Amino acid sequence: MSILEARGVVLSFGETPALRGADLAVAEGELLAIMGPSGSGKSTLLHCLAGILVPDAGEVRFAGRRIDRLGETGRSALRRDEFGFVFQFGQLVPELSAQENVALPLLLSGVRRAAAVSEARTWFARLGLDGLEERRSGELSGGQAQRVALARGLVARPRVLFADEPTGALDSLTGEHVMDLLVGAAREQGTTVVLVTHEPRVAAYAGREVIVRDGKVHTLTAEAIA
Amino acid sequence: MTVPLTLLGLLEREPSHGYDLKRDYDAYFGRGKPLSFGQVYSTLSRLARDGKVVISDPEPGEGPDRKRYVITELGATEVDSWLAQPVAPEPHLQTVLFAKVTLALMLGRDAETYLDAQRAAHLRRMRELTEIKRGGSLVDSLLADHGLFHLEADLRWIELTTARLGALAEQVHS
Repeated sequence: MSILEARGVVLSFGETPALRGADLAVAEGELLAIMGPSGSGKSTLLHCLAGILVPDAGEVRFAGRRIDRLGETGRSALRRDEFGFVFQFGQLVPELSAQENVALPLLLSGVRRAAAVSEARTWFARLGLDGLEERRSGELSGGQAQRVALARGLVARPRVLFADEPTGALDSLTGEHVMDLLVGAAREQGTTVVLVTHEPRVAAYAGREVIVRDGKVHTLTAEAIA
Repeated sequence: MTVPLTLLGLLEREPSHGYDLKRDYDAYFGRGKPLSFGQVYSTLSRLARDGKVVISDPEPGEGPDRKRYVITELGATEVDSWLAQPVAPEPHLQTVLFAKVTLALMLGRDAETYLDAQRAAHLRRMRELTEIKRGGSLVDSLLADHGLFHLEADLRWIELTTARLGALAEQVHS
């Protein structure tokens, strides 16, 4: 069964169409890569699937439920309770320590501070971040900050993790390390991952890929040349 | 040409028996394509004939097939010059991919569908190599990386060509 589904999704920014009838189904536990050239609409599609943007037309479903009909409060609760996010840049709150950043989704869900911090700390060992708990984001390297962001994206055990160019700001080796950790952790806790990337080496970590071209989703198949 | 030179290179580390040479070759260079013993011994015979290795006297107690091979000065010089020589950077301008795309356009076929299928095949292989990397040793990982970077280069070409199919179609029909 699909955990996420987009049907005929259309969205324009002013006069500029971004999605022109995008269809996509993501199976539970799947790791899907959405690829495509710059400006093709791949990030817009991710934002629609994650309830960040509301399409002008079409349907978006999560676990069978229409989420495009939810108001801002409903979508916000959905993002907090069911989804995790990892973006390319600027996702850590600079005033908070790394540990507080990781604990944030739990605190927002109403988990008591001591329990949230204790759970957050387990992720530091898991992602090779021991000793960095009290650092602010400005005191972390790019790779360390991205691992902290990954911990924050997964700490509340979301059903879906949305990752938009999660290695875009990292060198090859660091990016590879982050992807290894992302895939390992997601598989371990059965989290569905929707990954937007323009890098084939990153997409190769996914079990399947689709390409967004001119606002529509194309499913790739090698059968024509098999 | 690389098998004899690689065996020579292994011999430059230390004199070895054919069995040990095969074992080391397969461990580092023969992934998925190990050498047969016949190939090892026929290569060593040719290297001996050409004066690049000599066969030392069998050690006491060893059987006749436990010959130890020792690299000569000539062999060592050849290894040195091979290692110093860069591999020809071939431009690959006439790849099969290029030929298929151009011909598809000339014949009015769907080149974009072909490129999408090729992209899927490349990504499938990249997934397999990525899994090997994730579970393998450093040597496996480095070999997989070599394949991954080459496939990635092809994929970038496929992306760019997909974006330029219209212009290329105009050119081949003009």
